[in-house]
Amino acid sequence: MTAAAPAKPSATAKYEAVIGLETHCQLGTETKIFSTSSAAFGAAPNTHVDPVTMGLPGVLPVLNEKVLEYAVKTGLALNCQIAPYSKFDRKQYFYPDLPKNYQISQFDLPIAEHGWLEIEIIKDGEPVRKRIGVTRLHMEEDAGKLVHAGSDSLSGSSYSLVDYNRAGVPLVEIVSEPDIRSGEEAAAYAEEIRRIIRYLGVGDGNMQEGSLRCDVNISVRPVGQKEFGTKVEIKNMNSFSAIAKAIDYEIERQIAAVEAGEPIYQETRLWEEGPGRTKSMRMKEGSSDYRYFPEPDLPPIEVSADQLNEWRAELPELPAAKRKRYEEVLGLSPYDTGVITDDRAVAEYFEAAIATGADTKLVVNWIMSDIAGYLNAEKLSITQIKLTPEALAEMVKLIEDGTISNKIGKDILPELLNNGGSPRKIVESKGLSQISDPAEIEAMIDAVLAANPDELAKFRAGKTKLKGFFVGQVMKQTGGRADPKLTNQLLSKKLAG
Amino acid sequence: MIDTDQVRKVARLARLQLTEAEEQQFTGQLNSILEYVRQLDELDTEDVLPTTRAIEVSNITRLDQLEVFVNREDILNSAPDREDDFFKVPKIMGGEE
Repeated sequence: MTAAAPAKPSATAKYEAVIGLETHCQLGTETKIFSTSSAAFGAAPNTHVDPVTMGLPGVLPVLNEKVLEYAVKTGLALNCQIAPYSKFDRKQYFYPDLPKNYQISQFDLPIAEHGWLEIEIIKDGEPVRKRIGVTRLHMEEDAGKLVHAGSDSLSGSSYSLVDYNRAGVPLVEIVSEPDIRSGEEAAAYAEEIRRIIRYLGVGDGNMQEGSLRCDVNISVRPVGQKEFGTKVEIKNMNSFSAIAKAIDYEIERQIAAVEAGEPIYQETRLWEEGPGRTKSMRMKEGSSDYRYFPEPDLPPIEVSADQLNEWRAELPELPAAKRKRYEEVLGLSPYDTGVITDDRAVAEYFEAAIATGADTKLVVNWIMSDIAGYLNAEKLSITQIKLTPEALAEMVKLIEDGTISNKIGKDILPELLNNGGSPRKIVESKGLSQISDPAEIEAMIDAVLAANPDELAKFRAGKTKLKGFFVGQVMKQTGGRADPKLTNQLLSKKLAG
Repeated sequence: MIDTDQVRKVARLARLQLTEAEEQQFTGQLNSILEYVRQLDELDTEDVLPTTRAIEVSNITRLDQLEVFVNREDILNSAPDREDDFFKVPKIMGGEE
């Protein structure tokens, strides 16, 4: 729309952006929200359809109990108040992806309200935490999917094809307060939502498959001004980095427009990943008259105090609490904390390993380097490997007490990852334990020195770098089993003598 | 009271094309319905909480249990048009509406 030049940095500093997110998360139930068809992704077109999904006359939608449980748990995890009385409403609009011409959603009595979550951004190695308000969370059904035939673009199609498999798949929509100020904060917020969804086990948060979708509302205003600027909605971001980029682009665009005295229209803009810009989608104002009214087919929901307590007791330790504990109690760096707590399964693996008393930092290092590398290469989750957390702890302790060197640890890791078993038994059966008997190492050093008289002469003539060569020879003789520290000490003595 | 402009707006939102005569006719009919319902205003509802239901029932849910609907072909064939496994719908203009 507005082809204004990018705002100069001096202009940018005079403005602040006000950003809120609407996040749709699919819930990982087996069946749809109001019917017994499968809610799974990726089936052949229109195989998950039924009379309720299609809104045929005489059908009765009935709420899936898992949807209610998952929505309430998500609300609790977002520190929301759970409504004592909640209901569903019909939101009316016409679009071919909506088989009934209305969507069953929640309007004025959502299941959860007035919550917040905490994001953590690492700045110069220090965690910067910020609370983002959650206005509300409500349950609703997803719409179907349009396939545009005849042309790639929407307006160029001669007709469209519709797949209603996704229609009726359960969603929670989470609306944030306009507390977000940058693309980075917005991406951190969306990532935290996904992390919470995954920790709770209520959804997979897969952005590529559309099970997590974020719409952004954004305006800019001069710093110090209380009133909001004109709000623009941006859609179509399918990664966290796209959310950050789209927002940063839009902030620049809006500031440039204000600086140039051009109007900002209240409109929806689409993020275009290729050229990296937002583009106006439509300029209809006042067309969103959805005429909500209570859904007469679905009775209201009253979550009892007992039920609420039961679900609350089932919540796991959530990411923000874990991060705080890891940093403050376990003394992990904010970076390590972020990596370990990103995936609940990894965090639990780590916790199981250190529960047996293995050194925290060593365990973190093994998980973040060698084990993570293996998981990436083999495309596995940590729950799928044969190396149990207890076995990892056993190996770390063997290194800690000097039974094996770090190098031997790395050597036996592939076997442990692929086949499992006890590190101690592998070390014993293969005779890999560290040689830490000084007499044995001394004898070996003597043999190495005797076998390499030229190098020894050069060393004594001042070429001290050759010490590394002798260490290497001893290691070679022992298959890496000689205690490196002791070898160094003894070698120094021999070479000096 | 509802006026003709409101009737036109509701008709547009519902995708109904009304003739001028129909607009007049429905304005009159809708007003008489509203008048009829207005009789309820005679009651004192000051201390009555709003309700969203006609019967005292809540928390009706079902198990998350898969039951495949077997007459998928019937559903596809009931649509005005289909193409293979898809429902076929007319071209969608530029925007949402």
